[in-house]
Amino acid sequence: MIWNETKECMSREQMHDLQSKRLVKLVDYVYHNVEFYRRKMQAIDLMPGDIKSIDDITKLPFTTKDDLRDNYPFGLFAVPNSEIVRIHASSGTTGKATVVGYTRKDLDIWAECVARCLTMAGVAKDDIIQIAYGYGLFTGGLGAHGGAEKIGATVVPMSTGNSKKLTTMMVDFGATAIACTPSYLLHISEVLAAEGLTDQIKLKAAICGAEPWTEKMRHEIEQRLRIKAYDIYGLSEVMGPGVACDCAFHKGLHVCEDHFYPEVLNTKTLLPVADGETGELAFTTLTKEGIPLIRYRTKDLTSIDHSTCDCGRTSARISRFKGRVDDMLIIRGVNVFPSQIEAALIEVEEVTPHYMMIVDRVNNLDTLEVQVEVDPKYYTDEVRAIEALTKKIAHVIQQALGISAKVKIVEPQTLIRSEGKAVHVIDNRKLY
Amino acid sequence: MFAKQLTVFIENRTGRLSEVLGVLKENNVNILSLSLADTTEFGLLRLIVDNAALGKEKLTENGYSSLLSDVSIIAISHEVGNLQSLLKIIDRAGINIEYMYGLSIQATEAYIVLKASDSEKIDALLEENGVKTLTCEDLAKM
Repeated sequence: MIWNETKECMSREQMHDLQSKRLVKLVDYVYHNVEFYRRKMQAIDLMPGDIKSIDDITKLPFTTKDDLRDNYPFGLFAVPNSEIVRIHASSGTTGKATVVGYTRKDLDIWAECVARCLTMAGVAKDDIIQIAYGYGLFTGGLGAHGGAEKIGATVVPMSTGNSKKLTTMMVDFGATAIACTPSYLLHISEVLAAEGLTDQIKLKAAICGAEPWTEKMRHEIEQRLRIKAYDIYGLSEVMGPGVACDCAFHKGLHVCEDHFYPEVLNTKTLLPVADGETGELAFTTLTKEGIPLIRYRTKDLTSIDHSTCDCGRTSARISRFKGRVDDMLIIRGVNVFPSQIEAALIEVEEVTPHYMMIVDRVNNLDTLEVQVEVDPKYYTDEVRAIEALTKKIAHVIQQALGISAKVKIVEPQTLIRSEGKAVHVIDNRKLY
Repeated sequence: MFAKQLTVFIENRTGRLSEVLGVLKENNVNILSLSLADTTEFGLLRLIVDNAALGKEKLTENGYSSLLSDVSIIAISHEVGNLQSLLKIIDRAGINIEYMYGLSIQATEAYIVLKASDSEKIDALLEENGVKTLTCEDLAKM
């Protein structure tokens, strides 16, 4: 099934024309409505008229997460707040969140993109879908919700945090589809098995995303629940879930290319690489009104394939992610930067600035342990004092990251001190 | 009168306790008594030694987090109910006991190491009640 055959199956020439037309319009739009881009273009002597087709995109400057942070909260918005109908936010590299705003039209396009993805996964209007991404500032819940409503499915807005209720309703409602993180779905499969409910579910498809996962995990989910699992990709800066999704052939994720122009760039030269070569993924939001972004560097490593897929779609496909350019981690679907922990620990005078994050996956749920050393001034002979300090640090980290962490106080001088860029993360999950 | 207790923070790892004691042995620091408070993640090794300052210095040199703190070493006659009578006095004074452990038992006297929530108050209280307290040096001489 294809949701929008005109857009998803148009010839490469037609797509090129459409993208060119939209890019020309976009550049003119940001030049006149976003001071940040006007200055950036003026700095390199570039005028909107210099961009005549999508091929000229390499002339345009990049946008990074730091640019969003520096213009916090609304500096990159192209419209006044009267036109913004929704705000979402995700973690920034330091304390400040990355904030994005949507106009009504943006939300419509977002729902359209998610509708294409759900249709790719075989979900239609007669399905009952549980949305088990977090609802709130995170784009996962409300983003998937909008698309599911658009196709006319029966939407059950579960959000996260209550596996028991989710499995009960899955059985009682006869839910046929679920949207959640892949690690959470593996956890759900265990809850179902433990309750002896696996045979009673009517689930047929899962749309999983918001964190990197492997083919092995996909097969495991499919076997355990006897369903088909699909990979949905997105990031709040660009839109949210629905930027790309894989079809039944699982040969890469189809990008909604008429709305998000993908480039894969050589990590050193930042020039586009050939199909099949690995590089950093960048997106230009061709139709976005609220916070349009030009060549936004995602820091995700992938390769691109412009050939027609076996499913009939002509849209470009990006491969499963091969890693990150920066040190961002995705833990339980939440973006986490080591620098956030560093900033949080500065507030705790009892500890030294050295720390180590140990990320693992236990029973299919991500775990985060933060190891710290205590400043000699605060050594104590009381267990109670150490436990109170552990609790205090855990609280500070929870406030900073939005996820809980287990804090472990270690002996002095045991955390690795390396010259130059210190290693602060041990990730045992093997996600790429 | 207080005695200096040497406390060492140790992670729960195989061989760690032995390594700490090895440092003390190398420097000829004699252990008179010890108590180990254990939790799932870490342990606090509390030691009464003949030379606490030297012990701390050597442990710090070797990268251990160690601390000297004041504790009361109390001598009480070795009879049923004596410790409880003493605790009653401490309770009535509104002093909380953080931890306590036995030291050694002689024919007539037992020795208890005690850390109270208010060290000044406990010292005065013990003196008031004629409770005999000892220093590490006293113990080492025995």
